[in-house]
Amino acid sequence: MTLTRQIFDTVIVGGGGSGLRAALQLAEAGHRVAVFSKVFPTRSHTVAAQGGIGASLGNMQEDHWLWHMYDTIKGSDYLGDQDAIEYMCRKAAEVVYELEHFGMPFDRNPDGTIYQRPFGGHSQNFGERPVQRACAAADRTGHAMLHTLYQRNVRARCQFFVEWMALDLIRDFEGAVVGIVALEMETGEVMAFQSKATILATGGAGRIFQSSTNAFINTGDGLGMAARAGIPLEDMEFWQFHPTGVAGAGVLITEGVRGEGGILLNANGERFMERYAPNMKDLASRDVVSRAMDQEIKEGRGVGPQRDHVLLKLDHLGADVINKRLPGIREIALKFAHVDPIREPIPVVPTCHYQMGGIPTNYYGQVVVPRGANPSEPVPGLYAIGECACVSVHGANRLGTNSLLDLLVFGKSAGDHVSEWLKTNPRHRDLPRNAAERSLERLARLDNATSGESVVEVAADMRRTVQQHAGVFRTGTLLDEGVERIREVAQRARNTAIRDKSRVFNTARIEALELENLAIVAEATLVSAQARTESRGAQAREDYKERDDKNWLKHSLWYLQGSRLDYKPVNLQPLTVESFEPKVRVY
Amino acid sequence: MKFSIYRYNPEKDDKPYMQDYDVELQPGDRMLLDAILRIKALDDSLSLRKSCREGVCGSDGMNINGKNGLACITPLKDLEEPVVLRPLPGLPVIRDLIVDMSQFFKQYHSIKPYLINDNPPPQKERLQSPEAREELNGLYECVLCACCSTSCPSFWWNPDKFVGPAALLQAYRFIADTRDDATSERLDNLEDPYRLFRCHTIMNCADVCPKGLNPTEAIGKIKEQMVRRMV
Repeated sequence: MTLTRQIFDTVIVGGGGSGLRAALQLAEAGHRVAVFSKVFPTRSHTVAAQGGIGASLGNMQEDHWLWHMYDTIKGSDYLGDQDAIEYMCRKAAEVVYELEHFGMPFDRNPDGTIYQRPFGGHSQNFGERPVQRACAAADRTGHAMLHTLYQRNVRARCQFFVEWMALDLIRDFEGAVVGIVALEMETGEVMAFQSKATILATGGAGRIFQSSTNAFINTGDGLGMAARAGIPLEDMEFWQFHPTGVAGAGVLITEGVRGEGGILLNANGERFMERYAPNMKDLASRDVVSRAMDQEIKEGRGVGPQRDHVLLKLDHLGADVINKRLPGIREIALKFAHVDPIREPIPVVPTCHYQMGGIPTNYYGQVVVPRGANPSEPVPGLYAIGECACVSVHGANRLGTNSLLDLLVFGKSAGDHVSEWLKTNPRHRDLPRNAAERSLERLARLDNATSGESVVEVAADMRRTVQQHAGVFRTGTLLDEGVERIREVAQRARNTAIRDKSRVFNTARIEALELENLAIVAEATLVSAQARTESRGAQAREDYKERDDKNWLKHSLWYLQGSRLDYKPVNLQPLTVESFEPKVRVY
Repeated sequence: MKFSIYRYNPEKDDKPYMQDYDVELQPGDRMLLDAILRIKALDDSLSLRKSCREGVCGSDGMNINGKNGLACITPLKDLEEPVVLRPLPGLPVIRDLIVDMSQFFKQYHSIKPYLINDNPPPQKERLQSPEAREELNGLYECVLCACCSTSCPSFWWNPDKFVGPAALLQAYRFIADTRDDATSERLDNLEDPYRLFRCHTIMNCADVCPKGLNPTEAIGKIKEQMVRRMV
């Protein structure tokens, strides 16, 4: 079968914050860029980010990038790579000012500078006291940022392929990535896109959990593409549970609520975070707060008829602050929890929110894999940025506000690095003859399957399994069972059947393809978590309660081929400053 | 719960038809989108767009019992049965509840939806007073769901010539921004018998906006600025 082929300098898969930031960098440098997105770009999940972008602008109090760097490393439970973290924190002010110049409607201080609010884990002077570092546009920072970036791309005349789903990477016999195969949803047509550089910016896969703040589109497509192409996935055991998802609905309530002064209460009306984190209290980092909440619930101090959640109280902030700084939260609480936070607390529960792991990269966004003695050899032509990537700046636990920052910093750095790459690689490499084989086989299977399980059922089983076996607290027994079950589910995900065989906007087909990607991520998660016999950041094991730096200060690498694990060292060496040695983590 | 849903698959159907469904809801189902997904689990051919399921991405705009809205933030308990679901009116239907939004986005792009300021930017942020920033409230929150433009009779009649409420709201978002230098260029771009002046203040747009925004008011302010620069 011959396939229509189009040619670009750079192909970007994903039109969220990082993809758009990279596209802008490349389009403004005059390159031919094509951005592929399953949804119109402003519908990407960056739109749902609420609280702010971390940058030590110092608009509110004295601040320094080195303090931000320290907080990020401590927040990562020392699993973050310190070169990348230094790079991100030093670049933060620059990318935030640029975003403001692009037109971002940040909130303002009386002196006209950008308003910044406190956020969990961010401190002054190496943990002394909370600092206001989160640059905010009310509680719609992600929405404002995504629209601003899209608008700037319109100005730069970037080319978009809207409602296209990327299916697979194309690698040549030397292992270089030379393009992608993608499906146009409106027509059902499949095409090959040849490129000199390919950037994956497909976001996270939080939809592997039953209870998740993530959008339906967050199905880990880039992770599936990379894994099928033989690239490992790094640190997939680390999933962030956001402390404040609306109980029952899963919709996110920003940490900015606690930044503005909101507090968590148990059934006794006690501000329990004072016991768990005497200094930072409700603004300790997310893994700490989520565990504390789960502990309170486990010990019977949960709220509600099932005693299964706690309360987020913010009425004491007053109607003015809530309406001005947290209007979106009020809207969400009214719609999804049927409470008006001006008068009543919001029922909240830890909810899966963010994938710290992903496709291994360096801080230029280049995808890196072990080869011979080198644990981090770049894959020619392939980049990954944003939540689908593992740079790793978030390590075992991400600080709030660092995800939007990550999108901007590494979107830009990948754009710049690709510009350089294009100079030294002016020609397209040939597409292998069987370029689209894998994708076409996957589609043919779905077209021809007359019997098989429904996608909805298998997806529900997958989410239930991950939720039950890889939640806030994990044990060896739970994980052993979980691995067994998820392998079954992964097998079933490759044998689904859809009744709808039409070509035009066949969402059943899209969901079946997405499930294959989700199942890969779910298996990576359970297998990596089972092997890691320690507690670090978001991985809390009841059978191994302590962090074990002697054996586990290393990154996991999971390969789809044989469901095999490998490891690589954490980079403790920053670019210019002294290393931050692992210490006991107290908030 | 009973539903009557617009169905059309260009590969199979000569013309659209309404299909009835009676679906059993589960205790956690609160919003219209939850019910539609129950239906889709039984009939995977039913097609719609969806993503964030919390009213910020703007994917699942549709006509619900005669009024445009987002399925994910429309409570089921407020809906009369059978719930009649149709695609957003006035745009070509691709399939079922999915419309072709090209014309809508073309109009959005036509107002130059980006900050224009050719002065070299300062080292740090451009300063803006909190009061000046407040002028953007009620404007920048738009999710581009098209509920407003596809409820506007003027947009139905002239989708190629009338910019429509959503894009005009965004035009004013940049006019109102003290950092933007292109107000007169933006007004020139709209000074035309159709682009702006086809708005007859019917106010369907403000009535249906799922985010509670008021495009009619913004359009009024653009008209005011035009008058002001003429005198």
